[in-house]
Amino acid sequence: MSNEAVLHAPAGAGLHDAHGDHHHEHHHETFISKYVFSMDHKMIAKQFLITGMVWAVLGGLMSVLFRLQLGYPESTFPFLEDILGKWAEGGKITPEAYYALVTTHGTVLVFFVLTAGLSGTFANFLIPLQIGARDMASPFMNMLSYWFFFAASIVMLSSMFVEFGPFSGGWTAYPPLSALAAASPGSGTGMDLWLIAMALFVVSSLLGGLNYIATVLNMRTKGMSMTRMPLTIWALFFTAVLGVLSFPVLFSGFILLIFDRNFGTSFYLSDIFINGVGALPNEGGSAILYQHLFWFLGHPEVYIILLPAMGMVSEILSVNSRKPIFGYIAMVGSLFAIAILAFLVWAHHMFVTGLNPFLGSVFVLLTLLIAVPSAIKVFNWLTTLWRGNIRFTPGMLFSIGFVSLFISGGLTGIWLGNSALDIHLHDTYFVIAHFHIVMGVASMFGMFAGIYHWFPKMYGRYMNNTLAYLHFWITLGGAYMIFWPMHYQGLAGMPRRYYDYSVWESFKQFAELNRFISTVAMIVFAAQLLFLFNFFYSVFKGRKVTTQNPYNANTLEWTTPINPGHGNWVGEIPEVHRWAYDYGKDGKEFIPQTTPVGADESSH
Amino acid sequence: MSAIANEAPKRIHPHKFTLWVAMGSIIMMFAGLTSAYIVKKNQSSWLEFDLPVVFMYSTLVIIASSLTVHLAAKAFKAREMARYRTLITVTALLGVLFMALQILGFMDLEARNIALTGAKSNSAASFLLVITGLHMLHVLGGVIALLVMFIRAYVSSVKNYSSLSIELVGTYWHFVDILWIYLFIFYNWIG
Repeated sequence: MSNEAVLHAPAGAGLHDAHGDHHHEHHHETFISKYVFSMDHKMIAKQFLITGMVWAVLGGLMSVLFRLQLGYPESTFPFLEDILGKWAEGGKITPEAYYALVTTHGTVLVFFVLTAGLSGTFANFLIPLQIGARDMASPFMNMLSYWFFFAASIVMLSSMFVEFGPFSGGWTAYPPLSALAAASPGSGTGMDLWLIAMALFVVSSLLGGLNYIATVLNMRTKGMSMTRMPLTIWALFFTAVLGVLSFPVLFSGFILLIFDRNFGTSFYLSDIFINGVGALPNEGGSAILYQHLFWFLGHPEVYIILLPAMGMVSEILSVNSRKPIFGYIAMVGSLFAIAILAFLVWAHHMFVTGLNPFLGSVFVLLTLLIAVPSAIKVFNWLTTLWRGNIRFTPGMLFSIGFVSLFISGGLTGIWLGNSALDIHLHDTYFVIAHFHIVMGVASMFGMFAGIYHWFPKMYGRYMNNTLAYLHFWITLGGAYMIFWPMHYQGLAGMPRRYYDYSVWESFKQFAELNRFISTVAMIVFAAQLLFLFNFFYSVFKGRKVTTQNPYNANTLEWTTPINPGHGNWVGEIPEVHRWAYDYGKDGKEFIPQTTPVGADESSH
Repeated sequence: MSAIANEAPKRIHPHKFTLWVAMGSIIMMFAGLTSAYIVKKNQSSWLEFDLPVVFMYSTLVIIASSLTVHLAAKAFKAREMARYRTLITVTALLGVLFMALQILGFMDLEARNIALTGAKSNSAASFLLVITGLHMLHVLGGVIALLVMFIRAYVSSVKNYSSLSIELVGTYWHFVDILWIYLFIFYNWIG
């Protein structure tokens, strides 16, 4: 069915009057329908982005707070008592608060910022614009997706204000800490709220993901075959597929957890004795079962976070190198390979749970296989840059930064993927360093690249480049200074999640290094405020965009008006005649996708 | 459908497609649960017990409801609206009956001292409750969808010639039917 038929059909919620002509009709829009319960994919994208930014600030601030404890374990900070109250009596974060901060930092950054904030923003914004659709397959479901996310955010936020604090058993919420209210202060109400928030979040992700898949497969404009799609769309498509297939499994894990918590079942619990309570009646449960269900989502989740960044980086690198992306089909193929392998490697998170060593060796092999498509992507990015006519826009810098971080973090993945090395490295700072660089910071860089690059399309204004450069260099340098030393700490066996390392003879040597990391973390956090200022200032006061296609890019979003209305194109949706990467071809600097193939044109 | 001139031929409607992807997602949830069931079964202290006999009847009921929803779609396309309304009503009632029978099954287990929840429960019975219960929720979703269509068929003053809704509900209904048959086979012979 064509885009017109969907948007104009009675079932399509009457977005436009069902006229045959394609002029953009201005239906009556109120503040509520335009900014709050909007069904315009561009507005929903901005809602996801702003909510994600709020969470990024909160989650980042939490990391600064617990880094204060790690960097300055002997000191007290009276201002902490002002912020945290009884959780930092006398200016020192309590162990309970420390664990709550670590847990919430992880949950929020992984799910709310880098899943909802990243693919929620860019899948919503870019899919219709880059494939030539007036909106998503179901704008209503899209709106629901945001509001479920919003509800999840409210519940998660409220969990921080309950009497015994938010859940504090780690972002993975392993039972029994997550299953027994008596296990820790945060395991009661805090965990209930955590579960409700995550259930709402899963619903939001599924609604969003279904929509992205249906839109990419069904709503492409004329001529936009799958192999003419920009790599951003391919990446966002595979991201959605991963989410739709893996989140339900996490959900089943949560349902069993809810039964264990509230209905006395024994899925995950067995032979437990609680101090002050006594032996529990639960028999025959298996805590490892939860880990299987969790990591079956958990590993694809890593790629749900990473793939959108990869896609956007591919696009931005090509546009700003003024060269076609190197190896387009190889790029798509490697995305596909990563998506498949994502489902086959979850047990590498469980090498030391008593997993059968033979089974472990199979997972080692499958895990190391991911290096192949990853390396293909890295080589293709580098060869795209090679001898390019590079424009160092902020988006481009963050994309190059992404490639750098992906290489650095990916290499340590090869270490951790080996079950033998994992015996020493598991649950140490080496793991922290690895996943923060390759998944956390790298994806943040992808997100920054996307924001800087598409900001003119989102708000019709430019961000300030000087501030952006400052933001980039502080963040890149800072990210390496924070996480590089952690590799050494991890190799020395320093475990993660400890409250105070100064009491351990073996880790006293890292006191100064810890202080260094904490100091840099504060500086990097401050640099993000620079970005926030730049963003919000530019939304209202930035230099206005005056040309339709400021980057001389080929993709369809730059054929829309500078401030596109609901429906994106005035008049007919343009037809596509070529792939998105005809840069520097036949002596022309760029050839937009809408340009018909000329008679004397060389084939690509 | 050929009345809509600007519709591209043979392209699946986006809502139908979305439903298919959603069904894939639901399959993953039940695949997760049934594989957890298998993992758990191979560990210690697994309680073996006979399934409630009433599950056999509920299986027949849901198969019958699949037939009625299929006939309802045929009636709609033939514009036999009275017949259509009767058939979707029957389908919804069969759906409710199915859920009632499942609850009878749970009561049967409890009566045989096989606790589904609580301190004395074995995860074998708890799994049965959780998986069957989740499936019931999916049937309930189908019943609600039928109810909405039922109200639409009576209240709406505008004649609706698009068979999209009934096709969507029909597909979904067959899906939960097949899902139950899978679970029934799984409980009896696989798990």
